[in-house]
This record gives sequence, structure tokens and C-alpha cells, in this order.
Amino acid sequence: MNVPTMAEMTAQGIQPDVLFWVGCAGSFDDRAKKITKAFVKILNKANVNFAVLGTEESCTGDPAKRAGNEFLFQMQAMTNIEVLNAYEVKKIVTACPHCFNTLKNEYPELGGKYEVLHHTEFLKSLFDEGKITIEGGKFKGKRITFHDPCYLGRANDIYEAPRLLIEKLEAELVEMKRCKTNGLCCGAGGAQMFKDAEKGDKEINVERTEEALDTKPNIIATGCPFCNTMITDGIKAKNQEHVEVLDIAELIANAEDL
Amino acid sequence: MNYIDNIAFAILLIIGIGFFVKNSKKIVRNIKLGKSIDRSDLPKERFQNMLKIAFGQSKMVKRPIAGILHIIVYAGFIIINIEVLEIIIDGLFGTHRVFSVLGGFYSFLIGSFEILAFLVLASVIIFWIRRMVLQIPRFWNKEMKGWPKNDALNILYFEMVLMSLFLIMNATDNHFQNLNLGNPISQYIAILFHDSSFIVVNIIERTAWWLHIIGIFIFLNYLYYSKHLHILLAFPNTYFANLKPNGQFTNLEAVTNEVKLMMDPSADPYAAPADNAAPPEKFGASDVADLNWVQLMNAYTCTECGRCTAACPASITGKELSPRAIMMKTRDRLEEVGANIDKNGKFIDDGKQLLNDYITSEEIWACTSCNACVEECPVNIDPLSIIIDLRRYLVMEQSAAPQELNSMMTNIENNGAPWQYNQMDRLNWKDE
Repeated sequence: MNVPTMAEMTAQGIQPDVLFWVGCAGSFDDRAKKITKAFVKILNKANVNFAVLGTEESCTGDPAKRAGNEFLFQMQAMTNIEVLNAYEVKKIVTACPHCFNTLKNEYPELGGKYEVLHHTEFLKSLFDEGKITIEGGKFKGKRITFHDPCYLGRANDIYEAPRLLIEKLEAELVEMKRCKTNGLCCGAGGAQMFKDAEKGDKEINVERTEEALDTKPNIIATGCPFCNTMITDGIKAKNQEHVEVLDIAELIANAEDL
Repeated sequence: MNYIDNIAFAILLIIGIGFFVKNSKKIVRNIKLGKSIDRSDLPKERFQNMLKIAFGQSKMVKRPIAGILHIIVYAGFIIINIEVLEIIIDGLFGTHRVFSVLGGFYSFLIGSFEILAFLVLASVIIFWIRRMVLQIPRFWNKEMKGWPKNDALNILYFEMVLMSLFLIMNATDNHFQNLNLGNPISQYIAILFHDSSFIVVNIIERTAWWLHIIGIFIFLNYLYYSKHLHILLAFPNTYFANLKPNGQFTNLEAVTNEVKLMMDPSADPYAAPADNAAPPEKFGASDVADLNWVQLMNAYTCTECGRCTAACPASITGKELSPRAIMMKTRDRLEEVGANIDKNGKFIDDGKQLLNDYITSEEIWACTSCNACVEECPVNIDPLSIIIDLRRYLVMEQSAAPQELNSMMTNIENNGAPWQYNQMDRLNWKDE
């Protein structure tokens, strides 16, 4: 696996075409690290000229901003923007919809203006350009349902890219009752990931997982490391571990046996 | 000639419209208590939004049954109001059906009004059945007890009575019925009066005519006290709605200035504030005057349909939070502040605020910021922005975040991640 850093590339005088923003979950969470690696394998396979920030990356500030801590958010944002601008970054891709939303929508006003793509959009463009193809149809006949991450879907109106990728797998895409603009949150957004839920009669992730299971899927696909955690927990709570919870990047990497 | 009728009518008209104007001014004043926010950009997009969402009802039909019934009531409301113009002219000048000089076209108009009135009546009855017999859950949430429930029913009854009076008024107008043009519905009601004497029918006609117009004046003034204001405010509300991506939260300029100063290596750490410096701005919102005027207009526009709450993941799973209640409580507090100003000439501290006295922190912290409520609202109300402004106050002014969130934020400050991992380990995954 080839993972160059911006520092290394710059030392060699190479300007990468795109920065892969790994994010905190993708860097530290054991489950999300697998998504990171799957995505990197695809980037390697497609010969994408990319780099990561590595130890120079820091939290975008998303959970702080959603929790109401605008100070901490802006401190994080401005520090990150200094690093990104110093490397003259033009294009960013990330596998986390929260990083994606923050970098894309909330950094420009603070001086960080980049073209920001969610990894499903980026993967779709790799397909469109013929840089990756899927042969054999390992997922042929599998029922896959896609859970729309709120910060990808309603927050940024991206619904089609992940679905087109699932269709490329020749899998059967089955929709949940609440999907796309009506999609139900997994329960992690707005900094909920980092705290217990308020008193209620049910956990949101269980509600969502039940809905996903109603489609009788073999795989529940997501495009967000936090949704992945929440739905994986939901699957455990329902004792339905035969249903896999996978990121779109993992589906494609698996299909290609990367 | 006897002018008593005309004078009585003119007085009613002046009182009806006068009170409405007076109360409308209060609403505008209350909305202006909010902070400024610039929504003067992109007039073309804004106008299109208003045409599509408010006038075209595009978001209403996301729920097709309620949506189509609502379009019937809405179309009926707008079109039948042409008839009100005739009633006003007749009332003021003592004419009778002054527009009938239009001949065949008049018959066509009145005929259309009758069909619409009948459809509106039927739709409103179905609305009542949905609310009271089928008991659709979003009409029965905890915040819908008492006045909100009665308010909704009052509106339905008002519309039933007004539409019935319109049809009875036509049915008992002998001259109109004898023409037998433009009476597709009322001709069947007229049969009921065939055996009644001419005088009785005439009295019923006059009574229905008067009650109908008086009812309209009362309804117009009822709006101020009711959730029904959306019939007017839906238009400015969609025009001034947020056009940026839903995921983009506002940037706090005051914070930006301070953060820039903190990060500026040449800034003097011991600098005293200038003598004439304004007191530091309050971060976030704890009361209605800390919100912006669009958020306050949102509160007046909310018609408590509950689509937001029915879609909210927190509400669905039994949490205290309901986005509709956020809007209702904001309006309740705003009206309380308005009444305070009416009484005292200016706002006198009443020891209350929106936060805690109306909206609890338990509600605010249950939000996942998923934007389902924003997406659902048929008139583009944004409850999420209010929740975030209240969170900002709790966190930045009061350091009152839940303990686990404080830990998360401490981690971000110390090691650049919401968990306790060393920033130097960020690339370890590469070799694992």
C-alpha cells in the first residue's frame, strides 16, 4: 500500500492532484481504518496521484461546531487552513461526510477554498474516466441497501453517486422506506456520537437498523464511518450478524479483490 | 333610501381591517426584535423558491393525501376571495351582485366558486376526520394539548361555516336561482327552501350574506392569535429562507475576529480594550432577541403541522425534543416579550428567557442535526438553526455542555481528535 504524505511529496517537488483527508475516525477507529485502507487500495490501483497530511492533519472541528463550540471549531479550521494553504491544496477527497461538509461549506468563509469531494463522488469519477472497472460481479444477486448519511444527503444533496456505484457491482439495490431526502439519521450526527442519548424509548440506531433489515439485505452499505459504527451496533443489538455493514469503498475494493 | 345597512357595513369593514392592520404591525415589530441577517442576495432564486414552495406548494405534496387536500383548500381560499370583493362593493354601495353585469362570465365564476366551496368543505371535513377520528399521531403529540389543538379545530370549524354560508347565501337568492346559471351546487340546497315563503328565504339569504362577511372579518383577525398566520407568512418565509446547503452552519463573525487575534503572533497579549470598545457580543442565543429576524418570522409562520416532528429521529425514539415544539415555544416567548413591550413601552426584564423557561437543554442536546425537520417543512422553517444557536450559548457563555461532550472538546483541543489519541499516531493505520 502506497500512502505518500504531503510533506514527502513536497520534498520531492511533486504536487499531488488530490489530497485524501482521512479524518479522525478513518485514522483512529479500528473499523473505519479498514475503510481508509480499502479506499487507498483503490487509489493505488487507479494510479491516482494523491497524498495524505498524516500527522499534520487535525480534526476539522465538525463535532465542536455541531456541539455549539464555535471557538474551538474556528481554531481547528484556521489551523488546518494554514496547513492546507501552505501546501497549495486545490482538491480534497474524504471518506467522511462530516469532514466533507465542513471542508466544503464551512472552510471557505474562513479562507479555505478547495474543491471538496466525497469519496463516492470521486470513485464515480474514476469509473467515468475508465480508471477503475469491476469485472466478474462478485456481488451479483446480493441485496444491498444504502443508508444515506445526513451530511452527504440532506446536507449536500448527494444521493446518486453511492447508488450508481452499487449498481456497478451488479448487485440488487433495495431501498429502505425512508431513503434519500427522507432518510432517517443513524443517530450519530450533531456530536451525538460522543455522548449517550437523552432519555427516550428507543435508540435511533436500532430504529434505523430495523428499517434496513426490513429490506432483507445481505449487505447494508454506508458512506460514513459514524453511520457504519451505529448500524453495526444496531445489527449486534438485533443479533443479525449475518448481515454485513460495509462502506462503498470496501464494496468496490472487495469486488476487485484488492 | 335607507343607508343603515351601508353604514353598518362600512363600520364593520373599518373595524375588521383596522384591527388586522394594528395587529399586523405588532407582528412586524416583534419580528424586528431579532438580530439582522442579510437575506437580500439572489432575489431571482428567492422569488423562484417562493413561487415554487409557497405558491406552488411543491413541498406539501410530499405527503400526497394531505398535500392534495391542502391545495384544494388553498386554491379555494384564494379564488373564492374574488367573491369577497363583490361582497364588499355590494355592502358599501347597496348593490346586489354587482359583478353580474359580466353576464355569462359571472355565471362561470360563481359556478366555479360553488364547486370550489364544496370541495373545500369536503376537504376540511376530511381534515377533521384525520385529526379527530383517525387521530394521526403528529396531531396528538404532547405539545398539541390545549390551545394548539383547539386552535386547529377552530380553523376547521371556521372554514366549514364560511363555506356553508356561501352556499346557503347562493341557494336562498331567488333571483340568482331563477337564472339557474352558475349554481351547480346551490341548486340542490335551494330545493330545501322550495316550500318556504319568499320572505323567509329572503331573510335567510340576508342573514347568510351578513354572517359570511362578518365571519370573514373575524377570521382575518383570528389569524393574529392563531397558527393560521402561515397563509400570509408562507410567502415571505420561503422568500427569505436559507439558500445555502443545509449542512452549512452560520459562521460567527465575532468569534472569527477573536480567533484571528489569538492566532496572530504580533498581537499584544496585554492589550487593554479601547475605552470606547462596545461590550463583547453575546455568543449564541438565550432569548428571542438573540435570534435573527428570519428565525422569529419562522416561529410566526409555523402552522404546527408536525411533519418535522414526525420525521425527527429524536422525536421518533421518544426523546423530549420536538422541532415543532421548538418553533411553538419560540413564538410563545416572542409574544410574551411583545406583550411586555406593549405594557411597559419597552422590554422590562421579566426574569425569564427562551432557554430553560421555554426550551430545556434536554431538548437541545437530543438533536442529531440531521436536517430532517428542515427538509420536511413545507414552508422552509429551520428549527435546527435555533437549536444550534441555543447550544452555542450553553457552550460558549455557560460552559454547560454535557460532560461527555466536554471531554470530546478537550480531546480536540489537546490532540486534534475527538478521542484521546496522539496526533503523532495519525498515520499508524498505514502499517497496521
